[in-house]
Amino acid sequence: MSAHLPVLQVVVPLLAAPLCLFLRKGRAAWGLAVLASLSSWVIALMLLRRVLAEGVISYAIGDWAPPIGIEYRVDIVNAWVLLIVSTIGAVVSLYAGSSVEREVDAHRIPLFYAAYLLCLSGLLGITITGDVFNVFVFLEISSLSAYALIALGQHRRALTSAFRYLIMGSVGATFIVIGIGLLYAMTGSLNMADLAELLPGVWKSRTVKVAYGFLAVGFCLKLALFPLHLWLPNAYTFAPSAVTAFMASTATKVAVYMLLRFFLTIFGAPFSFDVMALDRVLLPLALVAIASMSLVAIFQVDVKRLLAYSSVAQIGYMILGLSFATVTGLTATLLHLFNHALMKGALFMAMGCVMYRIGSVRIEAMAGLGRRMPWTMGAFVVGGLSLVGVPLTVGFVSKWYLILGALERGWWPVAVLVLLTSLLALVYVWRVVEVAYFREFPGEEETREAPWTLLGPTWALAALNLYFGIDAARAADVARQAAETLMAGIGS
Amino acid sequence: MTTQLLLAMAVPVAGAGFIALLRRNPNAREAASLVTAGALFAIVLQIHGAVSGGARPELVLAEPLPGIRIALEAEPLGVLFALIASFLWIVTTVYSIGYMRGHHEKNQTRFYIFFAFAIASVMGVAFAGNLFTLFAFYEVLSLATFPLVTHAGTEKAKRAGRVYLGVLFSTSVVFQLLGIIWVYAIAGTVDFEPGGILRGNVAAGLVPVLLGLFVFGIGKAAVMPFHRWLPAAMVAPTPVSALLHAVAVVKAGVFAVLKITVYVFGIEFVAETGASVWLMWAAAATIILGSLVAFTRDNLKARLAYSTVSQLSYVVLGAMLANGLGVIGSGMHIAMHAFGKITLFFCAGAIMVAAHKSEVSQLNGLGRRMPVTFAAFLIGTLSIVGLPPTGGAWSKWFLGVGSVEAGQIGLVAVLMLSSLLSLAYLLEIPVRGFFGKAEGAGDGGPPGDTHAHHGDAHAQHGAPRWSVAAIAVTAAACVALFVYPEPFYRLMTMVAGQ
Repeated sequence: MSAHLPVLQVVVPLLAAPLCLFLRKGRAAWGLAVLASLSSWVIALMLLRRVLAEGVISYAIGDWAPPIGIEYRVDIVNAWVLLIVSTIGAVVSLYAGSSVEREVDAHRIPLFYAAYLLCLSGLLGITITGDVFNVFVFLEISSLSAYALIALGQHRRALTSAFRYLIMGSVGATFIVIGIGLLYAMTGSLNMADLAELLPGVWKSRTVKVAYGFLAVGFCLKLALFPLHLWLPNAYTFAPSAVTAFMASTATKVAVYMLLRFFLTIFGAPFSFDVMALDRVLLPLALVAIASMSLVAIFQVDVKRLLAYSSVAQIGYMILGLSFATVTGLTATLLHLFNHALMKGALFMAMGCVMYRIGSVRIEAMAGLGRRMPWTMGAFVVGGLSLVGVPLTVGFVSKWYLILGALERGWWPVAVLVLLTSLLALVYVWRVVEVAYFREFPGEEETREAPWTLLGPTWALAALNLYFGIDAARAADVARQAAETLMAGIGS
Repeated sequence: MTTQLLLAMAVPVAGAGFIALLRRNPNAREAASLVTAGALFAIVLQIHGAVSGGARPELVLAEPLPGIRIALEAEPLGVLFALIASFLWIVTTVYSIGYMRGHHEKNQTRFYIFFAFAIASVMGVAFAGNLFTLFAFYEVLSLATFPLVTHAGTEKAKRAGRVYLGVLFSTSVVFQLLGIIWVYAIAGTVDFEPGGILRGNVAAGLVPVLLGLFVFGIGKAAVMPFHRWLPAAMVAPTPVSALLHAVAVVKAGVFAVLKITVYVFGIEFVAETGASVWLMWAAAATIILGSLVAFTRDNLKARLAYSTVSQLSYVVLGAMLANGLGVIGSGMHIAMHAFGKITLFFCAGAIMVAAHKSEVSQLNGLGRRMPVTFAAFLIGTLSIVGLPPTGGAWSKWFLGVGSVEAGQIGLVAVLMLSSLLSLAYLLEIPVRGFFGKAEGAGDGGPPGDTHAHHGDAHAQHGAPRWSVAAIAVTAAACVALFVYPEPFYRLMTMVAGQ
């Protein structure tokens, strides 16, 4: 059984998805979704433990030996990302129960969970596979189900947002498949490990460089790097709350993982940094993303949209870490994948609680909620402090490594910019906090705290923000090992 | 002894819990505050005993990042700060009972709870064993005092709260945190070590920059231009201004500057590199400018706030002198200014409660009705100015001698000038109180009448009895410290001798 863990990681949610449709009842579908996502979380935990103990796991699908057959290959890098995705997947599935009942039509609920599980298995598939064409297949699975999930939002603009995401996402996926095709044309292989060995022989060819360019644009679209982020704010704003919490914490993270995997493992750090100057291309984009999107977030009146712009800025931090082209920088990137998932998950779920009770997440609508919904807003404050990077929260850990990375390179202006932009984060978090705690509650007297079915998962993530802020040594250690693996390339 | 270190933080937190539980019964709630404060002081005294004997108890609470620990360690400077803060917490609690009731403040339970949290974080700052721990508790202290600053809940309080958190947070994040990570990148550690951790690891040109990052990044030290939060914080109830914004919070700032100078940079290293010369003059400018601004303020608490801005830079200056005498003067001034300034704030609060006066120009003749309060104000003034027979004379003495030893005769002139200025702007208050003519018609009759409608017990004494008792204690302490500065002096010689 345990030998088949890699494939079970993907197959469990993938098979549970159509079953959700057959169940027809919303509650039953929810139960199955929770079961499936919890089991994939357990599998991810077991995989990470095994990788830490025994090293890389290679699994040949259907016993077809790679490079001909499809290989699932788990090293410390994707075991880490698998854990992030499946943790969020499990927590959000628990949370979705009450939230989705309120926000999605009853007859569409089984459909919702089918799409949710498909999206989850797609993201897990992208992460675990060792085959580049398989990446594309899972990318399409996760993207198509994501479009459907977003379109289930209450507001009519959810449809246009989903359509816009569909267009942009498809362009991105097309770029990626073109890149993969060119690589196949040059090497005749689709296996990642195989490609990593074959590519240095054809480094000089223009085709490989063009493939690199196509892939870069595709990935940056998918991970919403400024200025290719335009699909993201609307998609996050109008999607159902649970979907926003899930997507914000997983989809862009997996896209960052794809970028790291392709450019560092397959092409190799020397090719990316020395030949293609990836770091010098990404650095300015990351800096502009961080500064401009944090500024834009300050002026939003809808908190979900505010957090969406903040996400684009935070993605900038991840890319910034990569652009240092050092182990410390990559450690910061990998830590922030995890930490940002925790903070944004908690924040968006807190907003889902607000949505559940008062039906709006505009800033003015939140007046007086500090007293009315103390637990919800408490979770928001914890997530917000983490986003700002206050010590003893996970946000601080990311910032610590990011600044350390900048100073190691001698780039102190970058360090100052990172610190200044965390003040911008303070400003946009503060706008919400001040309204919630200092303004009188205008609405009806009976507005109460959200139900515990929502608060439980929300606080689970909020508590993790604190736990991993106080005891980050383990996470930091795993992230550093993963960063070293990426920088070393596949040969070692 | 490590248990005591933990207790120093756990006791106030537990006290906050008891205060919350006893919210229905104000007398029991205040008793809980007093018992907590007393217990804390007893604990700090025990730690003092051990540290005086040469022990350096240490306790690691957690290790968030590899090599970055949340650790507590007691050393003489921290003990000095903890002693002052915990002792004055007892006095302030006594004072608050009179003030908060006499002033009919709302949300008193919340007030006492956050007060206890603030003290717990002050203990964390005092006993922090490394830069990271210091930074963490420094930020917790800002957050814990925020609800106290905005206690009134008015639009003005909210605006002040924004300035307060805005300045403290941005300076600490942009400068201080950068400094900490930079130190880590250079030295590979952030632990406090006698003699510092930077020597031999860093280019001499970088040291002034790093030191500047800390002096300006510790916004609580209120070195200009990052002092605006302190006058803004005066919107808080007076006990908060007294303990937190004359003692605990601001002293946490200057304490951190001194501690970092001694234990991260090392005074000899600073002296050799000359890294602190430009910061001496920044502190000197703040001393003079703060005094000048204090002159222009008619509001009593605002005048005291600018006086604090000016006085805090004495401590910073002492640290920047980078010699043993300067360090002794700096640490002594933490103590002496604490007792002096808290007396002044207590008096300001008593005047506010008893006579509802907040402006200096309204105080004419009030001293004859509130003789104890105004006499105490006079003693506090003498201590701030640095005149015998008050403790303030000692710290000014050491700072002056330290300046001479550092070869900075100009600074001696600055100290003189500032003493004259502070004498002028503070002495005005008791002089008006005792010798000024009460203006009757202007505000509806003599002061005795304006509060007659309150008809409560404090009308007779002018101020609540609890508060007057507290004032008498701190004023007496100012005088006692002139005769017996020994405990603080001994602790500081231990710091300077390392």
